Amino acid sequence: MLGFIATRIGYLIPVLIAVTLLTFLIASLLPGDLAHAMLGDQATPEAVEALRRDMGLDQPLWWRYLNWLVGIVQGDFGRSFRTGEPVLGAILARLPVSLELMLLAEVTALAISIPLAIHCAAHSGGPFDRVVTGIAFAKLSIPNFMAAILLIYLFAVELRWLPATGYVPFAEDGLGNVRAMVLPALTLALAEWPVLMRVLRSDMIAVLQEDYITMARAKGLKSRRILFVHALKPSSLTLITVAGINIGRLIGGAVIVESVFALPGIGRLLLGAIYTRDFMILQGVVLFVAAGFVIVNFLVDMLYAVLDPRIRHAHR
Amino acid sequence: MRTGEAVAGSVVRNATEAWARLAAFGWLFGLALAWIAAIVIAAGSADLLPLPSPTDMDMLARREAPSFAHWLGTDRLGRDMLARLVYGARISLTVAILAPLIGLLIGGALGILAGYFRGGLETLVVGGVDVLLAFPPLVLALAVMAYLGQTLANLTYIIGILSIPAFTRVARAATLSVAKREFILAARAMGATELRILLRELLPNVILPLLAFFLLAVAVTIVVEGALSFLGLGVPPPAPSWGGMIGEGRESLETAPRIAFLPALFMFLTVLSFNIVGDTLRATTDPRQGAA
Repeated sequence: MLGFIATRIGYLIPVLIAVTLLTFLIASLLPGDLAHAMLGDQATPEAVEALRRDMGLDQPLWWRYLNWLVGIVQGDFGRSFRTGEPVLGAILARLPVSLELMLLAEVTALAISIPLAIHCAAHSGGPFDRVVTGIAFAKLSIPNFMAAILLIYLFAVELRWLPATGYVPFAEDGLGNVRAMVLPALTLALAEWPVLMRVLRSDMIAVLQEDYITMARAKGLKSRRILFVHALKPSSLTLITVAGINIGRLIGGAVIVESVFALPGIGRLLLGAIYTRDFMILQGVVLFVAAGFVIVNFLVDMLYAVLDPRIRHAHR
Repeated sequence: MRTGEAVAGSVVRNATEAWARLAAFGWLFGLALAWIAAIVIAAGSADLLPLPSPTDMDMLARREAPSFAHWLGTDRLGRDMLARLVYGARISLTVAILAPLIGLLIGGALGILAGYFRGGLETLVVGGVDVLLAFPPLVLALAVMAYLGQTLANLTYIIGILSIPAFTRVARAATLSVAKREFILAARAMGATELRILLRELLPNVILPLLAFFLLAVAVTIVVEGALSFLGLGVPPPAPSWGGMIGEGRESLETAPRIAFLPALFMFLTVLSFNIVGDTLRATTDPRQGAA
C-alpha cells in the first residue's frame, strides 16, 4: 500500500508542476501583452510600459514563473488588478457555494441513477430497461445550459414554484437557500445521471452473472437483498471512479449553471474575471480549479486502492 | 474465369448487401443520417436559399409569431428566426467539424506513434495528455478565449486542441491491440519499412474506431461551442449561433419561449443524430462486441 501511494505521489507532483507551468504560460505567452490587454487599445505606449514595470512584466519569463510559484506555495495568489482583493481570499469566499452546488447535484444524480440502474440490470433487455436506456442516451444530447433554460421555463415561469435566479446564504435563510439551489442542482444532476446510470447498469449486469450471485440465489436470499447488498457493493467501486472522472465535467457545468442562475460561486468569479479582463483572478481561478481537480482525482485513486486490494497489488 | 455478368452480379450483390447492412442499423440510424444531411445541406447552401438576412433588425416586428413572412417568427430584435437557425447551423457545424479534425489528425498521429513505438515517446505523450486532461475543458477554453479574443478561428483551434487527448487515447488503445498481431510481424519479416507498416498495415485497422469517435466528438463540440456562445464567449454577435440564440432567448422566456426553444430543439436533434450515428459505428467497429 505504501509503495502504491509513493508511486501515485511520484506521479502527482510532476503533473501539478506541469499544471502550474501551463497556467502560467497561457497567461504569458499568448499574443497580446497582459498590460496592453488591461489598458485597452487607446493606451499610450508610456502607460503600457509603466504598468509592465509595475507588474514585473519586464523581468525574464522563468524568473516571473519562479516568483509566482513561490507565492502560490505560500498561499499568495496575488491581488485582483481591479479591486485589490487577494485572489485566494476571493476564491475561498466563493468556494462553499460551488461545493454545495456540486455536492447536491452529485447526490441527486446518484439518487436517480442507482435505483434505475439496479432495476434495469435486474431486468436487462426488458421494456423498462430499454425505455430508461433510451432516455439516458437522449439526455446525453441535452447540454446543461439547455436543461437550465427548460427547467427555468417549467418551474419558474409556468408553474412559479421556484425562483429563476438569485442566491440566499444558508446562514441567513435555510429554506430560501435550498429553494435557490433546487433548480441549479437539478440541472447538473440531469446531466450526470445518464453517465452514472449507464456505467452502473453494465457493471451490474456483469456482476449478476458471477458465481457468488448464483450461490446467493441458491441459498434462497431475497432478490432485493441480492441486488442492493451483494451486487451493489462491487459495482460501487466503478461508481466512485466514474464520479471522480466526472468532476471535471461537473466543474465546467457549475460555471454555466452558476452563470444562468446567478449563484456567487467560483464559476461566476471566473466569468466575471473574463468579462472585466481581471487576469490575476482568472489565472488564480484556473490554477485553483485545475490543481483541485488533479488532487481530487488522486484521492479517488487512493480510495479505489483502499477499497479494492487487487488495484494496489497490480501496481507493484 | 469471371465473365462480365458474374462481375456485374457480384457488384449488385455487394450493393444489396451494403444496403441490407445499413438497414440493419435500424430506422433511427436512417433518421439521424437524414437529419444530419438536411442540416449540412441547408447550412452549406444558406446563401442560395431564399432566406431573409439573419442580422437585419426590425424593431417593429419584435418577437413576432410565425407568419408567411417569417416562417418561424422573429427574435427580440425582430430578426428572422429561420434565417438565424440556418446561418447558426453554419457556424456550429464549421467549428464542430474542423475542431475534431485537429484532434483527429494530431491526437490520432500521436496515439498511433506512441502505441507503436512505445518507450520514451509513449511516456512523454501519455504524460502530456494527462496534463491537458488535468484542466476542466470548459474552464481552459474560457480562459484561452479570454486571452486570445473571440473569433471563429480561435474557437476552432482551442476546442480542437482540447480534443487531442481523447483522440490520442483512442488511437493508442486501438494501436496497442493490433501492433502485436501476426500480419504486422509478417510485414516486418518481409522487410517493410516502419513507415510502410504504419501507413499500410496499422492505419487501416485503427482508422475505423477513430472515425466513429470523430462523430461522437462532433456531437461534443457542438455542445461546447454552444456553451461558450451561450456564455457570450463564442463567436461574437451579431453572427448567429445556436448557443448564443438560446442565451438571448432566455430574456424572452416569459413572453416568447419559442425564441429559446427553437435553437435548443435544432441543437438537440443535431447532437442526438451525431451521437446515434457515432455510437452505432462505434458498436460495429468495437472488437469487444465480437464479429456481430
